[in-house]
Amino acid sequence: MNSVIKYFTDIYKGVRSLWAGMRVTGKYFVRPGEIVTEQYPENRATLKMEDRFKGEVIMPHDKNNQHQCTGCGVCELNCPNGSIEIITKKVPNEDGKMVRVIDKHIYHLSMCTFCELCIKTCPFNALAWGQDFEHAVFDRSKLDKVLNKPGSSLKKKEAKS
Amino acid sequence: MSEEVTKNIIVRDDEDYIINMGPQHPSTHGVLRLEVCLNGETVKYVIPHIGYIHRAIEKMSESDTYKQIIHLTDRMDYLSAHMNNEAVCLAVENALEIEVPKRVQYIRVVLDELTRLASHHLWWSAFGMDLGALTAFFYGMRDREKILAIFEESFGSRLLHSFNTPGGLMHDVHPDFQKHTMEFVRYFRKKLPEYKQLLTDNVIFHNRTQGIGKMSRETAIAFGVTGPSGRGSGFACDVRKVAPYGLYKEIDFNEILYDEGDSFARYLVRMDEMEESLNILEQVTDNIPEGDYTAKMKSIVKLPEGEYFQRVETARGELGIYIVSDGKKFPYRIKFRSPNFSNLFVLNTLAKGGLIADLVAISGSLDLVIPDIDR
Amino acid sequence: MLLDIYSFSTLTASINKDLHAAMTPWLAVATELVLIGLLFLTFYALLGLFLVYLERKVCAVMQNRIGPNRVGKWGVFQTIADLIKLVTKELIPIKNADSFLFNLAPFIVIIASFMAMAALPFAKGLQAIDFNIGIFYIIAVSSLGVVGILIAGWSSNSKYSLIGAMRSGAQVVSYELSVGLSLLAIVVLSGSMQLSTIVESQANGWWIFKGHIPALIAFVIYLIASTAEINRGPFDLAEAESELTAGFHTEYSGIKFAFFFLAEYINMFIVAAIAATLFFGGWMPFHIDHWEAFNRVMDYIPSIVWFFGKTFIIIYLIMWFKWTFPRLRIDQLLNLEWKYLLPLSLMNIVIVSFVVLMGWYF
Ligand code: SF4
Ligand code: SF4
Repeated sequence: MNSVIKYFTDIYKGVRSLWAGMRVTGKYFVRPGEIVTEQYPENRATLKMEDRFKGEVIMPHDKNNQHQCTGCGVCELNCPNGSIEIITKKVPNEDGKMVRVIDKHIYHLSMCTFCELCIKTCPFNALAWGQDFEHAVFDRSKLDKVLNKPGSSLKKKEAKS
Repeated sequence: MSEEVTKNIIVRDDEDYIINMGPQHPSTHGVLRLEVCLNGETVKYVIPHIGYIHRAIEKMSESDTYKQIIHLTDRMDYLSAHMNNEAVCLAVENALEIEVPKRVQYIRVVLDELTRLASHHLWWSAFGMDLGALTAFFYGMRDREKILAIFEESFGSRLLHSFNTPGGLMHDVHPDFQKHTMEFVRYFRKKLPEYKQLLTDNVIFHNRTQGIGKMSRETAIAFGVTGPSGRGSGFACDVRKVAPYGLYKEIDFNEILYDEGDSFARYLVRMDEMEESLNILEQVTDNIPEGDYTAKMKSIVKLPEGEYFQRVETARGELGIYIVSDGKKFPYRIKFRSPNFSNLFVLNTLAKGGLIADLVAISGSLDLVIPDIDR
Repeated sequence: MLLDIYSFSTLTASINKDLHAAMTPWLAVATELVLIGLLFLTFYALLGLFLVYLERKVCAVMQNRIGPNRVGKWGVFQTIADLIKLVTKELIPIKNADSFLFNLAPFIVIIASFMAMAALPFAKGLQAIDFNIGIFYIIAVSSLGVVGILIAGWSSNSKYSLIGAMRSGAQVVSYELSVGLSLLAIVVLSGSMQLSTIVESQANGWWIFKGHIPALIAFVIYLIASTAEINRGPFDLAEAESELTAGFHTEYSGIKFAFFFLAEYINMFIVAAIAATLFFGGWMPFHIDHWEAFNRVMDYIPSIVWFFGKTFIIIYLIMWFKWTFPRLRIDQLLNLEWKYLLPLSLMNIVIVSFVVLMGWYF
């Protein structure tokens, strides 16, 4: 007799546990307000990434097209993946002395692992994170970027006051 | 070799009916190939073949400075990225005898537990999917998303955050970090009962997992199965308890142990661990002290000559890192003892004699992350 | 009692009359057959597409997602786009596969489901063939599909497919019993195997209410067993994707795969339609004996709406199961049938006969 009772209680318990699960899915079915999907390409206009979002490494330029990179090469040294190449050139300064300035700060986005070491170690705070994340391109060479904009120059250190 | 291991030596036969699960297969969760020998639906033996995603992380680390190694460890067990980072950082800090600020220790614990939660979410989702409950997958992912949003806000990336650095953190956490973490804790406390209703209490789920893949405590120890999988067999191996590091000495939490050793026990360990992680978060998050986010470090870290070992508890078990230094800025040799490697090779012992469906339930309950096996 | 404005019999009768007036009787019958065939083909395709879309939307909402929303408003044309994709895709030939059987299998599966549909009474007067052994015919025909699945698994020369097909064979053969026995309960209650008679017998109330406990048990058993018979979750062992990648149709591609896919959804419709017809009165409106005014109001809803309404509610139930439960294991699946469902349905047959003998039903 006991086994018969057990047989039926098992069925009852099983059905009850199944019903508990169905209640959960059923609950969400009647509450479409809980949908969490983000409508990505549609919300492009309003989509704002977090300020710290690591989209790509950029070199901020101010309105005079000036940046802070001296071409010292520390970032190149610190990058574990060789994603940064610094090409410098010698140009005469006001006094006519030849000084080394940055020619091309080449950044290979395709090799970057977003470890943040270049940004942290740059002694002149010349680098920063950009929030752009739509990096899909058809040609890998498009991911090799030159960070200093054409015609840009080194920002003068403000005279210490 | 221990007897537990030797009695599992496999003899292949030409007549064997072999199917290859993987490297592309929905339930191997990555590029793992299982050579499964079948007799009808019954599994005769399983041979895991690894190496499809070997990236020579240990070798690469030998030409990286200690700060650069961090970003490689992210990519081993990508679901416990933060714990992997922490292992390297702790090893270096202990070697140099650096005292990290209290704030850093607190934040590290919060991140540890958040990462553990996110990892267990993913495991829960994937385990449900392995057993055919597809909706569970989406619920787990939905809740994991909230943690990833917290990560994104503070570290800028969602999975591989490379946020630790020897001596502390890369930078301070976001001002809203505490608030959002506590919001998440409250949110998830509400959602956890759903997990219970959907899978834990489900009679089909019980039938699929209870008594499946029984692993004795001896087997777990012989194979070095650690983490929730080992604790499901009653093997007290939580590094947070047995060799506390960081702030874990001062936190009040329980080590979850189950004695059954079947898939269901491993499942319950993780479910309870989620709850325990929430408890830890509640204890710690609101008490993060003010202070520096990093200790004073030289720009070039050099470990004194010698050998160093550090272990931490990742979401999947014990990660050991063994550094041999010759006093230069690069390590002479680094070896990672990754939890998944040991956890994988117990698979044959557990799955032998079961059905294919059981094999899936077992490998799901071991919670393997393949890149961590190959490294 | 029933309103005749919604009846399709006048329409079909007049078409029949016109055709006979214009042609010789043989030609007229042949034309009718072609017409019905075309009608069913169109219906079949549209229904399949709609069901796929419905399933995707239902599961999406259950999973806190939006589901297809790109092609057309709310993604309504998504399945059509998918179909175009499947039609234009390459049919990959499998090395060492038995190509004749390999190509035959999808057709067997789809024809089986096609045949079952012929006997369904969609609305008053809208039924292709009204067999006097309608239920028997449907059960017989719908189990033909498994032959196709077995052939598919065998001929693809793939181990995954073979295991899937073997599972499917074991599953369908055992669950067939419970399906048959649970339907038998209604046959006993209504005293007929003819679907139109069964529907008519529910004019004063549906069997699920009139037949109370035994009918309810039969319905639950039928729902479980038929879900298993059509290989849907939680009984989708034949194509358990986490174990067998895609089971018996692993090696199929393009339109041949689409046939399997479509047949699965149509089968779901068929079992839901049978459940609606036998337990919930088919196209019969909701009637309560002696409530004439109420019955009259109910009659204003067209019978076709009743039929599809009930069917889709049951389809929703089946989807709800699929998207909630984990999958069973093969031995548990057979356990469930032989240890629980079959004894219960046998017991139920005894109860039902007793109830009918004593006249304890309404
Ligand atoms: S970005 Fe910074 S570290 Fe790199 S070269 Fe320029 S100044 Fe030096
Ligand atoms: S973020 Fe890291 S990998 Fe990327 S360029 Fe900077 S240092 Fe190199």
